[in-house]
Amino acid sequence: MRIAPFIISTFLTVILVFALDKSWPIGGKRLPALGKFLSPQQGIWQNAEPKEYDFSRDLRFPELKGKVEVYFDERLVPHVFAENDEDLYFVQGYLHARFRLWQMEFQTMAAAGRISEIFGNNEIFINYDKETRRLGMVYAAKNAVKEMESNPISKSGCDAYTAGVNAYINSLNYASLPIEYKLLDYKPEPWSNFKIALFLKQMSRTLAGSENDLAFTNMKSVFDFNELMILNPQVADSLEPIVPKGTAFDPPGINPIQPATADSLYFNKKDSLALNEISKPHPSNGSNNWAIAGKKSLSGSPILCNDPHLELTFPSIWYEMQLSAPGINVYGATFPGSPSVIIGFNDSIAFGFTNAQRDVKDYYEIRFKDDSRREYWFNGKWEKTQLREEKIRVKEGRIILDTVAYTRFGPVIYDIRFSPEAAGNRSIAVRWTAHDPSNEGLMWFYLNRAKNYTDYYNAIKHFTCPGQNMIFASKQGDIALWQQAKFPARWKGQGLFVMPGEDSSYIWQGFIPQVENPHVINPERGFIASANQRPVDSTYSYFIPGNYNTTRGITISKRLAELPRVSIKDMMALQNDYFNRIASEVVPVLLKNIDESKVAVGQKYLGMLRSWDFQAGPASTAQTVFSAWWDSLKVFVWKDEFDRIHANKYLPDTRTLVEALIRDTAFKYIDDINTTARESLRDAVTIAFSRALPNLQKAEQVGALEWAKYKNPTIFHILKTVTGFARDGLPVGGDGNMVNAITKSHGPSWRMIVHLTPLTEAYGIYPGGQSGNPGSRYYDNFVDHWTKGEYFRLWMMKRSDAMDKKVKWIMKFSKS
Amino acid sequence: MKFLVAIILTALLAFVAGLFLPWWGIAIAAFLVALVINQGGGPAWVSGFLGVFLLWGGLAFWVSMKNQDLLAGKVATVLPLGGNVILLILVTGFIGGLVAGFAAMSGSYLRSRTRRQ
Repeated sequence: MRIAPFIISTFLTVILVFALDKSWPIGGKRLPALGKFLSPQQGIWQNAEPKEYDFSRDLRFPELKGKVEVYFDERLVPHVFAENDEDLYFVQGYLHARFRLWQMEFQTMAAAGRISEIFGNNEIFINYDKETRRLGMVYAAKNAVKEMESNPISKSGCDAYTAGVNAYINSLNYASLPIEYKLLDYKPEPWSNFKIALFLKQMSRTLAGSENDLAFTNMKSVFDFNELMILNPQVADSLEPIVPKGTAFDPPGINPIQPATADSLYFNKKDSLALNEISKPHPSNGSNNWAIAGKKSLSGSPILCNDPHLELTFPSIWYEMQLSAPGINVYGATFPGSPSVIIGFNDSIAFGFTNAQRDVKDYYEIRFKDDSRREYWFNGKWEKTQLREEKIRVKEGRIILDTVAYTRFGPVIYDIRFSPEAAGNRSIAVRWTAHDPSNEGLMWFYLNRAKNYTDYYNAIKHFTCPGQNMIFASKQGDIALWQQAKFPARWKGQGLFVMPGEDSSYIWQGFIPQVENPHVINPERGFIASANQRPVDSTYSYFIPGNYNTTRGITISKRLAELPRVSIKDMMALQNDYFNRIASEVVPVLLKNIDESKVAVGQKYLGMLRSWDFQAGPASTAQTVFSAWWDSLKVFVWKDEFDRIHANKYLPDTRTLVEALIRDTAFKYIDDINTTARESLRDAVTIAFSRALPNLQKAEQVGALEWAKYKNPTIFHILKTVTGFARDGLPVGGDGNMVNAITKSHGPSWRMIVHLTPLTEAYGIYPGGQSGNPGSRYYDNFVDHWTKGEYFRLWMMKRSDAMDKKVKWIMKFSKS
Repeated sequence: MKFLVAIILTALLAFVAGLFLPWWGIAIAAFLVALVINQGGGPAWVSGFLGVFLLWGGLAFWVSMKNQDLLAGKVATVLPLGGNVILLILVTGFIGGLVAGFAAMSGSYLRSRTRRQ
């Protein structure tokens, strides 16, 4: 009888196949479905792209109207030539998906609060999804897609793009899925215009969400308003605003009035919000851009430069492309997930962006009638909320329900259901311009086709959030910058703290008229520069709080002012500039005040600072010493005062301390309030240095005193834990306050220089590669050039260049 | 001789199955070969195992060579195998072999049962 062994071995086979066909959670991590995953004919081996892979294809799709040719150059940059707009965006969608499908889908899943569907039952991810939904990301994207689809131009472009993405998705089988799907064992779902909207809203979340209203509210319990303004000055002493100082501003078109109750219910109300704030964007997001007028350039033609500092990831947020069709020929960095070129140039103009850092998000305290949250008190009566049920479908598990109440301000993020830790059942709603219906994509549609300043100006008016410094230069010789968005007109102090939400008196009274947005057009000095600083000096008519960076802007403005005639080489040098302005201002003060007799062992490190040229390159040890000392000093100065606040702390910006030390060595916060003695600056810098010493000695022992080794800049894969797909130990210097703003995780994600000579001369690079596939040699092939500060010459191809030897592969698309 | 033929046939059939079926087509291939070639349960297991071990290991080796081990090196840190590409190839072969071995054993037992009846 062989029945028993047959049954046993068959049973074993089936169990094995079942077990290996499924991914398993093992202590926080997931073991992939090993059978599927390792199968050479279907699994990850299929993602191992042969070195001599041929990307050429002949593809047919019923959605196309005509023929489209795509020429890939040796860097795998596609140059797309279509006969009409719809085909152009169809192919852009197809190519984004072909090379970057996983990231674009993942980012939109994150924007929709759906990552638990991918990662499974883990409180961190479930909480992230809840936060995302409570912030109203889905609500915002729904409003946006309605607006987008009501405009025939946007609708046809987005429909075509979406069809292109889906054409690629539909061509996939398990073998051809991007490797991340195999790792996490899931499949892509159909793309949609809604996902495009989600992607753009994710940018608002990253770039228009750095307000500190909850932290400031809590600071109010410890500091008075005056102190708060000293700790967080609206206008830094050293500010180099984007709009040159002395520019006259028009009288304001709207005069917001402070409510009569402001002193008692708002400014002087001592409050403490003990709730866990939802995650906020990383403070290192930022950017530089500048434009040089022909009269200041060596060639006589304008130059435009841009380098957005975002989180450096694999795959990169950028994908380089040329898009060409009748009426459009544009080159630059695109967002996989959205149609159009985002930062780039066409045959007439160049355009770029930095973040405005303006606060467009305010909070209102809501009084619900009861825990059902169906009604809230507003203008003397109970008003109904709209309750939206959010379903979080955790992978392989339960469905988590969360109901979010929407008020006239916006969604109530914090309430008894989400923030049970908040004493006194506090309920706080958010008013955020990203929720308002808007159609940002339309700006890029027009910008990509703009021929001159007027076209640019008409294009940018479609843009409402996140606020951007939109730089422009044209071959006609104009340079310009508008800080563009829909910005609330605030009375002084409005929106710094959580506001009373029981009546309409604290509501935004209107928006700053678009024409009054800060702008510069062909300035006398021949250049325009922005680097996340406050855009205007104190003479601007409106109160405009924001999370500004002052220092980079000073370095750039000073450098550009010094240069008599600017060359492309100067621009490359400036984008890669490692000058540490803060150190140059502060180190003399530190060295002058330190009591060396108390830190004898640190002499060698002080010596490094004494001979330092303030260049924070990768090999600089002085930068490491400075950084450790400065961080330690900040802790010494602020920790005692801020320890009195128990939740949602926000320490003052570095600039505050820099300017305080330069202005006043007796700055009152230097004293440690927890000691009876009154600490002087001498005590503070000495103690701070002695506390930093062990870190420096430890670093030196392991050979990591050099700045690049000390900070270990790393480009992670979007899935942070998959370190095998990351690149760490990059030999780069810099820091967030330097022009070359490379931190541990963030940095210039796309460096671009466009010289608007009759035949455009453009350069660009991003730290990544065109392919999102870790198994491709085009996954990270730009990184080593980027770390060296090198650039690629950007090739605006003409159709007649099809035979050029730079063309390596051709994809032909036609109607089937 | 039978043993060798079984290995080669398993590898060939498993390869063809891989073109049309999901990864577990290897089990069907190994099962069918064992059904046709008369071996005991033990030898059937070994020939099934070796057939797919060699196929998967060989294919993985070939694919990885053309890729200059770029991806395998990364995946071998994810799994984690210390970045060792050869180990990843061996694990690949082993996983495939394991499934095929038991499937072949089933085939062999089923054959011996059918014959008796």
